Amino acid sequence: MKFQQIDQFAAELKADTRAAVYDGSKKGHEKRTKLLFDEYADPDRLRHIAGEVKQHVVENLDTYLPQVEAKLKANGVIVHWAATAEAANQAVLGIMRARGATKMVKAKTMVSEETELAHFLEKHGMEALETDLGEFIVQIDGDHPSHIVKPIIHKNRREIATSFEKNGLGAYNDDPQTITRRARNFLRHKYLEADVGLTGANFVSAESGRLVLVTNEGNSRFCLAATKCHIAMVGIEKIVPRDYDLALFLNLLARSGTAQELTVYTEFISGPKSPTQPDGPEEMHVIFVDNGRTEVLASDCRDILRCIRCGACLNVCPVYRQASGHAYRSVYPGPVGAVLSPLMMGDKFPQKADLPKASSLCGACNEVCPVNIPIPDLLLRLRNRAKEENVPSPGTPPMGAWALLASQPTAWRASLFGGKIINYLPTKLLPIPALRAWEAKRSLPVWRGGEFRKWLKNRPPGKSSA
Amino acid sequence: MSSSDDRESILSRVRGALAPLHERAAMPDYTTELAVMRQMMGSRDLLTVFAERMALANGIVLTEPTALVARLRENKWLHGYCDPVLWPSLAAYFGADFKVETTYDRKRVDDYAFGLTRAAGAIAETGTIVLNDATTSRRLGALTPWVHIAVVERAKIFSDLPEAVAGLGHDNNVIWVTGPSKTADVEGILIEGVHGPGIQIALVV
Repeated sequence: MKFQQIDQFAAELKADTRAAVYDGSKKGHEKRTKLLFDEYADPDRLRHIAGEVKQHVVENLDTYLPQVEAKLKANGVIVHWAATAEAANQAVLGIMRARGATKMVKAKTMVSEETELAHFLEKHGMEALETDLGEFIVQIDGDHPSHIVKPIIHKNRREIATSFEKNGLGAYNDDPQTITRRARNFLRHKYLEADVGLTGANFVSAESGRLVLVTNEGNSRFCLAATKCHIAMVGIEKIVPRDYDLALFLNLLARSGTAQELTVYTEFISGPKSPTQPDGPEEMHVIFVDNGRTEVLASDCRDILRCIRCGACLNVCPVYRQASGHAYRSVYPGPVGAVLSPLMMGDKFPQKADLPKASSLCGACNEVCPVNIPIPDLLLRLRNRAKEENVPSPGTPPMGAWALLASQPTAWRASLFGGKIINYLPTKLLPIPALRAWEAKRSLPVWRGGEFRKWLKNRPPGKSSA
Repeated sequence: MSSSDDRESILSRVRGALAPLHERAAMPDYTTELAVMRQMMGSRDLLTVFAERMALANGIVLTEPTALVARLRENKWLHGYCDPVLWPSLAAYFGADFKVETTYDRKRVDDYAFGLTRAAGAIAETGTIVLNDATTSRRLGALTPWVHIAVVERAKIFSDLPEAVAGLGHDNNVIWVTGPSKTADVEGILIEGVHGPGIQIALVV
């Protein structure tokens, strides 16, 4: 069988899109490697430690969640909890309605992508404007992001210029600088008119209740300078134990994500604006969102909750590069998405059970991961789960005959002997169609079945290596 | 379900998920020396390293108010906002061709070509300016103009990230600024000045 399911989804995407994703992800990875390894004495240890810190948090969430909640409340923050995507969206809507607010400006947050917040709010008569340039373009196009960090990695400038023209943002011009200036001029007035600013959080310190936000464009800063109410949607796994730990994670996040030492803006928010500051939110809400995370926590794949959403595993993954983000049909594409997305489906796991197979298990994702998540191991566990739950697996050749052979030593030895016949058989006459197709473009090596067993049997005793 | 029902259900699911674990992962013991760039400082002083690193992030470091005024004039950035606390000490450097306001009017956001505010400090290792609510007179004044000038006191430069994290203090809003606002969303091409300043200057005094 030539294709996996993901290839069929990928085949529906335009060639341009896939080429853009390939180039973008490859560049991101190469820069990252240089930056990380040139500057640190022991970058590998750095990411191992970071992984241990996050694993500790994940396995002690029962302690850390109440701790961070208490700290936030003491800082004057109103804390909400949302078990589902629907509950999270309702919480945001409730806050807006209580304030008589109708306009929101949104910074980029992956949790709000999960819950499709902007769409939900629009349905309920609210304006919810994406302000990250990439997310803004995705929004006016009615499209979906295809990368965690670079949402429009799949688009080229001509497509963007066309949709700007369509949306009344000036005559066609595909110069990236012009596109950016037009978005700047349009959005700055939107921030100033908005009632509510929504952000996510990259980290939350349990010790101080500080939310840490990293951005390059300055859109979350603008949201928090122009509006009077700040709502942060935060996944329950985003906690780090102490402020002390932030230096470690900040060092890793920007380097892994965008190959920067730091993103341009790193914001530490621990409450509403200070009383003497004229600009910014007088009211601050944090919504802790579960939306399937406790399901992941209960599974044997809970290590994936360490993820800090840097996107390095996407950039390095040969499958992501070829298939591009949309083929994963999830908010989280790439290797991290292949683990997280099926797990977050809960009972609907079978719908995404093909994703863990979209990997050659080469291990590159684990190697680049700033929190050292053993992604290939987790993919294998999920493949196993799909098998145990009898999820149909189109595209996988039937292995029944092989399994039978491999479990009967006599039959196995007989087949090894029989295999020798292949050496003398013209390949056109090979009895298996798949093998014939393979052989049409390659030459089969000479069959040496059984040689190893012969060697093992005859080697001098007592020697561990020959 | 209300938020408090959701709280109980989330916490009980978390407890249920963790209950079968025989052992929980321990917090590793580490020092933040691990997260400091090697050989960055050498025997150089903090200002030298800060200036070098900030230039690498496409920021501009100036140490003389006259140099700042010359640059603003040269680029015809003549209308700006200035923190009222700073203005008395800087007014003498600015000529009559400048229009500098010490109040910020959010209805005229496009009028201000530059904004001059105080920084809380800086970080040498990364060329970063530290802003906070206590020292920033207006968040918008430091953000919306094309040019932002942060006045950094030489004595308040941290050496590296771990030191700067330790010095976060009790301000509700601390912002580390490393170079001008930027994006590479369109075809990976770097464009500066997206929502924040396109020119980021540190005036070290």
